[in-house]
Amino acid sequence: MSEILATLTGVSKSYRKGKETVEVLHNLDLEIPSGDFIAIMGPSGSGKTTLLNLLGGLDKPTSGTVRVGDAEISSMSNNKLSHWRSANIGFIFQFYNLLPVLTAQKNVELPLLLTSLGGKERTNRAQIALDVVGLGERARHYPRELSGGQEQRVAIARAIVSDPALLLCDEPTGDLDRETADEILKLLQILNREHGKTIVMVTHDARAAGYANRSMICDKGSLEHREAT
Amino acid sequence: MKYVGFVWKNVWRKKIRTSLTILSVLVAFLLFALLSAIGYAFKSGADAADAERLVVIDKVSLINPLPIAYRDRIATTEGVRSVTYASWFGGYYQDPRVQFPQFPVDPYEYFSMYPEFEIPRERLDAWANNRQGAVLGRELAEQFGIEVGDRMPIQATIWTKADGGRTWEFDIEGIFENEDPRSSSAFLLFQYDYFDEARAFGKGTVGWYVLRVAPGSDPVQVGNAIDAQFANSPNETETSTEAAFAQSFAKQLGNIALIVTLILGAVFFTLLLVSGNTMSQSVRERINELAVLKTLGFSDGAMLGIVLAESITIMLIGGLLGLGIGWIVVQGAAQAMGACLPGIFLSPQAMGTALVIMLGAGIVAGIFPAVKAMRLSIVDALARA
Repeated sequence: MSEILATLTGVSKSYRKGKETVEVLHNLDLEIPSGDFIAIMGPSGSGKTTLLNLLGGLDKPTSGTVRVGDAEISSMSNNKLSHWRSANIGFIFQFYNLLPVLTAQKNVELPLLLTSLGGKERTNRAQIALDVVGLGERARHYPRELSGGQEQRVAIARAIVSDPALLLCDEPTGDLDRETADEILKLLQILNREHGKTIVMVTHDARAAGYANRSMICDKGSLEHREAT
Repeated sequence: MKYVGFVWKNVWRKKIRTSLTILSVLVAFLLFALLSAIGYAFKSGADAADAERLVVIDKVSLINPLPIAYRDRIATTEGVRSVTYASWFGGYYQDPRVQFPQFPVDPYEYFSMYPEFEIPRERLDAWANNRQGAVLGRELAEQFGIEVGDRMPIQATIWTKADGGRTWEFDIEGIFENEDPRSSSAFLLFQYDYFDEARAFGKGTVGWYVLRVAPGSDPVQVGNAIDAQFANSPNETETSTEAAFAQSFAKQLGNIALIVTLILGAVFFTLLLVSGNTMSQSVRERINELAVLKTLGFSDGAMLGIVLAESITIMLIGGLLGLGIGWIVVQGAAQAMGACLPGIFLSPQAMGTALVIMLGAGIVAGIFPAVKAMRLSIVDALARA
């Protein structure tokens, strides 16, 4: 965990809300070592998701720089960011966000449409990703035919199918019961420990944060480190 | 090509809505096919017109006859290579509702003037030698099941016979062919000599003259020279090209092209509203999914392309189905109505135009939702979910 994968330097983020400017993140510095599993906790509106969006290149800081790997993404154009995200970031959402018209297999294949891989290779890789999350046999099922936990597993397969270095999880267990949430968190732990994925997870749940290597509290635009429980 | 399956799945996301939209597109293009074919029938005469043929009619009205004596004077006008004449008979065979043209003409002169109509020489000779003989086009012969040797009574609606009768009996001596789809062979020709001798009134007159200008002669000058000859006479003439004559004849029924354009304009405007609304709804209800696609790395251009491809796909499915059904209906109509409205034909140009309209309408209907998808802010869209 010595190599630094992502660095935020002096990052601030403000939004206009009517006539007011609301500063969500203030002069934030953060280093994320490669292979780390970080949980970011904090109250609603504290800037957790904004931080995740900045790391994933979904949003740009008002000031400061965001560097992931060799790329300084805070100054990239939208098109370059799209291309960069497809190759470097895997996103996992609270509500899974699978496309209902596609089977699990096709949902997982979606990021591979942006590569030069042929149809057969895409299918193979999607199948491997589904096998990794334990849903190989559900490849032909549509999201409506899966349970919440299974949907989230498919979403995780979609996030890892293009083998990104960084997984960004926004409340990945927020819509799941406790037992299923534990299964998902164990899966993320396996991806971190056995597959070397760097994971940044935003959560409200202290139990969920316990699965991470370390936790941080985001409050009033700044981050505080906290030892893992 | 790798997006084809994805686009297809999205098109059928709401099966009933997509089916209804496709149905409305289908109806629009079915209408386009039918009106194009009818419009083609009205302008086919002008399209098939020979640039070296001129038509001479009475200056006041086409229905006023011209003296047969004009024939020789026209023939000797400088620049005239050959001349013939014809008249409108206006009868019917068996059923008054089934109308088709009949023309009393000079057999040899007529076929010499219209080389596009082909008849075997021996059949032409047989007709010329039988004063009550007639020939008819293949379309008409097939429609009525008439063969050479049959007797065909035609009921006159204008020209009663000198004996007061209205039935004109003809011996069918030949069937002529016409391979040009732009013009029709659905008409009957019989001898002018028999017509003029047997009719009760109007003797010594013809409906119009048709002439061919000599090579190198200017058709406009020849026409002016003919009209000048008959200026200040009881029957002044108006000479025009065959194309202009065909157009003015068609315009007697109204400006068909304008009517067709107005109807299709209204139909396609409505179609754009319907399909545009469908696409807007489709994009609006999956803002979150589109944001997810952008999150995964789909570029602004890809988002624009995906939504436009969906819109164009809907247009192509409905449009091609409508055009296909229209083609079948036009084929049937050409068989059934060939006599009263000859030249009904769904031309390759019309089908090409339809394809261009499908693509254009697909783009226009999809462009606003597509731009909305392209400009979508991921953060805002995901925050709303």
